Amino acid sequence: MNARIGRLTFVALALIGALVVMTTYWQAWAAASLAARQDNAIKRVAEFSIDRGLIFAFHPRKRLARNIEREIDGKTLFFRRYPYGPLAAHVVGYSTVGRSRTGLERSLNDYLTASNANLSTLVDKTLDELRGKPVQGNDVVTNLDLDAQAVALEELGTNCGAVVALDPRSGEVKVMASTPGFDPNLVEESFGEISKITADCTPAAPLLNRGSAGLFVPGSTFKVITASAALESGKYGPQSSFVDPGYCTVYGKRVNNFDTTRPYGTIDLTNALANSVNSVFCKIGLKLGAKQILDTAKQFGFYERPPLETPVDERLPSGLYRGGSLYYPRLDSDVDAGRMAFGQERMLVTPLQMAMVAGAIGFGGKLMEPQVVDRIVAPGGRVIERGRPHLIRRAVSEKTADSVAEMMRLAVERGTGTAAQISGYSVGGKTGTGETGLPGANTTWFIAFAGDDDESPPKLAIAVVLQNQSGTGGTTAAPIARAVMQAILQDTENP
Amino acid sequence: MSVRNRELFGLVVAGLIASVALASVTISRDAEVAASAVTWGALFLALYVVAHVVVRRTVPYADGALLPLTAVLTAFGLASIYRLDPDDGGRQAVWVAVGVGVLAGALIWLRHDYRILESYRYIFGVTAVALLLLPSVPGIGERVNGVRLWVDIGPLQFQPGELAKIFLIVFLAGYLREKREVLAQGRLKDFGPLFVIWGAAMLVIVQTNDLGSALLNFGIFLAMLYVATGRALYVAAGIALFVGGAAVLYNALQHVQDRVTIWLHPWTDERVYCALNGGLEFRQDCASYQLVKSLYSIANGGFGGTGLGEGTFASTDGAELIPYLRTDFIYSAIAQELGLIGAAALLLVYMVFVVRGMRVSLQAQDGFSKLAAAGLTFGFALQTFIIVGGVLRVVPLTGITLPFVSYGGTSIVANFLLLAGLLLISNRANAPR
Repeated sequence: MNARIGRLTFVALALIGALVVMTTYWQAWAAASLAARQDNAIKRVAEFSIDRGLIFAFHPRKRLARNIEREIDGKTLFFRRYPYGPLAAHVVGYSTVGRSRTGLERSLNDYLTASNANLSTLVDKTLDELRGKPVQGNDVVTNLDLDAQAVALEELGTNCGAVVALDPRSGEVKVMASTPGFDPNLVEESFGEISKITADCTPAAPLLNRGSAGLFVPGSTFKVITASAALESGKYGPQSSFVDPGYCTVYGKRVNNFDTTRPYGTIDLTNALANSVNSVFCKIGLKLGAKQILDTAKQFGFYERPPLETPVDERLPSGLYRGGSLYYPRLDSDVDAGRMAFGQERMLVTPLQMAMVAGAIGFGGKLMEPQVVDRIVAPGGRVIERGRPHLIRRAVSEKTADSVAEMMRLAVERGTGTAAQISGYSVGGKTGTGETGLPGANTTWFIAFAGDDDESPPKLAIAVVLQNQSGTGGTTAAPIARAVMQAILQDTENP
Repeated sequence: MSVRNRELFGLVVAGLIASVALASVTISRDAEVAASAVTWGALFLALYVVAHVVVRRTVPYADGALLPLTAVLTAFGLASIYRLDPDDGGRQAVWVAVGVGVLAGALIWLRHDYRILESYRYIFGVTAVALLLLPSVPGIGERVNGVRLWVDIGPLQFQPGELAKIFLIVFLAGYLREKREVLAQGRLKDFGPLFVIWGAAMLVIVQTNDLGSALLNFGIFLAMLYVATGRALYVAAGIALFVGGAAVLYNALQHVQDRVTIWLHPWTDERVYCALNGGLEFRQDCASYQLVKSLYSIANGGFGGTGLGEGTFASTDGAELIPYLRTDFIYSAIAQELGLIGAAALLLVYMVFVVRGMRVSLQAQDGFSKLAAAGLTFGFALQTFIIVGGVLRVVPLTGITLPFVSYGGTSIVANFLLLAGLLLISNRANAPR
């Protein structure tokens, strides 16, 4: 019997040994992935005892997120306050007990709570813990220009829309504004007030960052890509001439220009872009085919989530969508290339993507990685991470970019985008009006870049989108772009 | 140093552990060592010294490690429960005192020859089955979490399943000692008792929905059957029968299905039907809320833990984040505050207890004693595995207690009876002839 008792002992010990193994699994192996889960209330609540890092705007250097201390059951807890309320709510996000986190508060949580795997942070944190002091998180300095951000929100007003502005040379995101907005201070205790927000669009979706997660019909702004594809193909030059009958025939159907009453007659590519002539781009689209244009779009970052420090699911890729998901055609004939060439045909884009397009055209074809975080600073003031300009890729050749930039300058000089002129600066832009067929339900766009003169690289690029408009991009979006660009340029000249 | 003096020394160490643990809870709460922590530590030690004196008088040759190991386990439990709720900690302390009283009573009563119990084996067997089915009797049974585990008789509330386990082991030890030669022949007609007990286990599941209790008792039965007969075929057949029966019940009983679904897929990416509010929710926010929150608690402990009193179990507004923390999920509280080091240490104490218990079984000379000691020890190990394994997602989660640690009077008393059994058998095995 004793041999059997020995075997039974082995089984009993193996059972408890398995528990040691599984405890190790959950506490060491799986701990990081469990800590990252949004529904992990234990971790989230535990992190309220950390003196969370602050979040700053770049200019002026104001606190976008700060802490208030509260004593609960003998423990000091740190709750978030957002002094500027809705001003940068979508980028900064919120950190709450009950509704988890969004924005940079979520994606940079490791830095803000000093749990990033950085040796000096680890040492500081351990020392704090041993001294019994609250752990201090790392501060985040964003690239946001608070003045321009305020101008953008003011200009957007009660419209539903977004403004994204960045420095095309460095990728620094200066403005990311989305309306309707929300006050992050209300999320924890008065969320009902946020869900009651209504706007000129349904659903109002105030929590949605339309700048990077809003998908819109690009309309004629997409012609910038079609023009780039045309030049890159070698089949067209800026002076290639077309005859505009006022419409284009696709699959036996007529596709009209915006204004069918005045066909342009003979026109070259440069003027066709400046005046946004649909029939010309329709022809180019049919000639090149959908895939060649989409491949150029991919060079600009379409079909991938634009890189940014905000959470992955708060950024969406641009491209053709079918049934709610991204779709790339297998054959040219799967897509109506003629209509796609001027931005219809289930093409959906984000303002961030279009700002990147405008920036790359202005910056000689170089697509820079957008960055909304300038640096991350340890409690002692030492910089532990600093954003450095990073080239994603050369989207198009310098020659192509310069030619398209010239076309866009012409559009602002005497084409559809004259409302965006800023005296003393060289501005190139492209309007867009995505028609839904319903009156007062157009999506209007303006994308642009602006620099000191035609030769030097532009200081900023911008994309403005508005939902449910009755006007065109030139009359609704271009003036907003102008106001925001002026605000940023003013701040860069007189910092 | 004699066995008994070593035991006393071990108890002093256990008393120190209890004092330090209680002191660190009070430091975390009030930023000072409360005098009460020292008082409670001293009382804890005094209680076990009383137990030691009784052991010295009644079972002087018994194993000297079992009582200190028990003391360490109750110290873990008392400190964790006190940290979660001081009032419950006080109540648990009273139950530990009652447990020591029951231990003393059992030792004094059975000090001459515990084997008289063998002649009452069928009474024990019938009582065990009756106790298991008691919670399903209308009027006194109480349903908690869809499981019938509790019995209310007047002001008294207890979990009869805990006592049934001990009674069942006594019955099986007597029955198998008597029938083991016959059973060992492995004839088909001798499979009868196997089917009877299997049927009883299935009946328990159907009647009470209590998967854990059925698994525990059936597992103890198979282990003892194997030790008695040495026939692995019985064990294989028994496991096959249990799995087969459980599979049939899985399809028939919604409660069992729910438990298995929660076990296999605690997280969902899409909203699924939630029985709690009738709407659509992520499973982690609904049916598997407890399990998932408990895993988060364990993961938050990491290697070294947050420290006693520093763990996060409630939201900033004081709302509890993990239900049943003091009973079913005490392990996830300990694992968060003491970390991998503390949790592994706790499991190590269980392992040492198991080794000592099995050693008692090896040393015992008669079949009844050997079987009883093996059954008691294996039951102790299996119960630990089922509840901690449930918390760790090794097996489906069921509501049984962690021996000597979980909050609850019946469980404490039953486990002190288990300890009494092991001490009595050990004493007899080591006594000079």
